[in-house]
Amino acid sequence: MTVYVARRVALAAVVVAGVIIATFVIARVVPGDPAATWAGPHASAAQVAAARRFLGLDRPPAVQLLDYFGGVLSGNWGLSVHTHQPVLSDIGTAAPASLELVTAALVIALVVAVPLGLVSARWPGGAADQAIRAGSILGVSMPIFWMALILQLVFSQHLHWLPAAGEYSPGLLFTSPLAHITGFSLIDAALTGNWPMFGSILVHLVLPAVVVAAYPAGLIARMVRAQVLDTVGETHIQMLRALGFRERAVLGRFAMKLAWNPVAAAVALVFGYSLVNTFLVEAIFDWPGLGSYAAASVATLDTPAILGVTLFIALVYVAANLVVDILQAALDPRIRLR
Amino acid sequence: MIEAPTPADIPAAALPRGQALRRGLRANPLLVVGALAALLIVVIAVAAPLLAPFPADAGTATHPFAVLRPPSAAHWFGTDQVGRDVLSRVIYGARISPLVAVIVLAIACLIGVPLGVAAGYFGGWVDEVIMRVTDIFLAFPSLLLALALAAVLPTSLTSLTIAISVTWWPWYTRLIRGQAASVAGRPYIDSCRALGIPHWRIIVRHILPNSVTPLIVQVSLDVGGVILTASALSFLGLGAQDPTPDWGLMVAEGQNYFTTAWWVVTFPGLAIMVTAFAFNLLGDGLRDLLDPRRTLLS
Repeated sequence: MTVYVARRVALAAVVVAGVIIATFVIARVVPGDPAATWAGPHASAAQVAAARRFLGLDRPPAVQLLDYFGGVLSGNWGLSVHTHQPVLSDIGTAAPASLELVTAALVIALVVAVPLGLVSARWPGGAADQAIRAGSILGVSMPIFWMALILQLVFSQHLHWLPAAGEYSPGLLFTSPLAHITGFSLIDAALTGNWPMFGSILVHLVLPAVVVAAYPAGLIARMVRAQVLDTVGETHIQMLRALGFRERAVLGRFAMKLAWNPVAAAVALVFGYSLVNTFLVEAIFDWPGLGSYAAASVATLDTPAILGVTLFIALVYVAANLVVDILQAALDPRIRLR
Repeated sequence: MIEAPTPADIPAAALPRGQALRRGLRANPLLVVGALAALLIVVIAVAAPLLAPFPADAGTATHPFAVLRPPSAAHWFGTDQVGRDVLSRVIYGARISPLVAVIVLAIACLIGVPLGVAAGYFGGWVDEVIMRVTDIFLAFPSLLLALALAAVLPTSLTSLTIAISVTWWPWYTRLIRGQAASVAGRPYIDSCRALGIPHWRIIVRHILPNSVTPLIVQVSLDVGGVILTASALSFLGLGAQDPTPDWGLMVAEGQNYFTTAWWVVTFPGLAIMVTAFAFNLLGDGLRDLLDPRRTLLS
C-alpha cells in the first residue's frame, strides 16, 4: 500500500510540474509583447526595453521557467491586472463560494441520479429505462449557461419562487451580518447560529446548484445503470437471488455496493469539471466565486488571473484524482497490484 | 465476465447481418431518434439559404425599426436587438458549431491516432513519453484549458477551433493506445514481425482496423461535447464575433435583453441543446450497438 501511495504521489507531482509548465507556455504564447503592453501604448523603445528587464523577459526562457516555478510554489502567482491584488489572494477569497456551489450541486446530482440509475437497471429496456436514459443524455447535452438563464427567467422573473441572483438578501447585512471564520458562507452562518442568513444563502443556492448539477446527474445516472447491470450477472448476485432476497435489495444493497467505487471516481473527475462549469453559471447568478472572477478576468483579458484560476483548478483536479485513487486502493486491494 | 441479461445481449451474432442490425435498432429507439435528428441538422445546415426566410439577416443586415419584436407570423422566432430574424440566424447557425465540431475532431484524430498507435505498438520509452504528456493534458478539464488558450489567442473562430483541438487529442491517444497495445501483444502480430513484414504495414493492415470501431463510437459521442464547449466559449465572448450567427454568441448577446425579450436567448440555446442531444443520442446508441461491452469512463 505504501509503495502504491508513493508511486501515485510521485506521478501526481510529475503531472503538477507539467501543469505549471503548460500554464507557463500558454502565458508565453500570448501574441504581442508583454513588455510593450506593460509599458503602455506611448512608451519609447528604451522604456519598453527597461520594462522587459524589469519583468525579467530578457532572460533565457529556462531561467524564466525556473523563476515561475519558484513563484508558483512559494505562493507568488502574480498580480491581477484588473483588481491589482495578488492573484492567489483573489482566488482564496473566491474559491469557498465556488466549492460550496459545486458541493451542493454534486449532492443534488447524487440524490437524484443514483435512484434513477437503479430504477433504470431494474427494468433494462423498459419504458422507465428509456426515459431515464434519454433524460440523462439530455442532462449531459445541456448548454448550462442557457439553462441558467431559462431557469432564472421562469423561477424568479415569472413565478417569483426563488431569488434571481446574489449569495444572500442584501438586507440581511444590516440585521444579521455574516461573520467570516472559514470563508465558506454556509458554514460560517451555521457556526455563528445565524439562521436567517443560513436560510437566505440556501435559497439563493438552489438555482445555480441545480444548473451545475445537470451534467453530473446525467453522468452518474448512466454510470450507476452500467455498473449495476455489469454486476447483476455475476455469481454472488445470483446467489443472493437464490437466497430469496428481493430484487430491490439485491440491486440497491448489494449490486450498488460494487458500483460505488467507479461512481466515486466519476464524482471526483466531475468535481473539477463542475468547477469549470461555474465559469458559465456564476456570472449569471452573481454568485461571488471563482467563476465570476474568471469570467471578469476573461472579459478584461487579465492573463495572470486567468492562468492563476487555470492552475488552481488543475491542482484541485489532480488532488481530487489522487485522493480517489488512494481511497479506492484502500477499499479494493486488487487495484494496488496493477 | 458474464454479461448482463439485457435484451440487447441476445446472441446477435447467430442471426443474419441485416436481421441483427434490425434487432439492435429496435432495442434502441433512442439511436434511431438521434440519427434522424442529426441527419435533419445536417440537412438544415446544407440547405440554410433555401430554408431561412431572411438569409441576409445571418450577415450584417440591420433593421432599426423592427428591433426585439416578439415571435409572429413573419418572424417565427422574433427579432433580435438589431432587428434581425432570429429563425434565419438559428438556421445559419447550424453551419457554425457543427462545422467547428467536425474540424476539431478531425484535428484531434490526426494528432491523437498516430501518437496512440506509436505508444501502443512500440511500447517502451516511446509509450512512456507520449502517455506522460497525455496525462498532463488530461489533468486539465478540457473546457478550462481551451478557455485559457482561447483567452490568450486573438479572439476568432479559428482560435477557438485551435484551442479546443489542443485539448481534445489526448483522449484519442489514450483510446487508441489501449486498442493498439492489446492487439500488438497477440501472437499473430509476432508472426507478422517474424515474417519480416514492415512495421507500417502491420500498423495499417492489423492495428488500425482493430481501432476503427471504438474510434467511430468515441467521435460520435464527442460531437455533442465539442459543440457544447464551442458554444460555451462563444458565450464567454472567446469565439465568433458579431454578425456571425453563432448560437453561443447569440445567447450571450440576447442576455442583456432577456427579461423583456425571452426569444432572443431561448431559441439559439434550444438549438445548441437539440444538436448536442441528437449527437449524444447517436453516439450513445452506436456504442451500445457496435461496442456493447465498453462501459462508461473505462
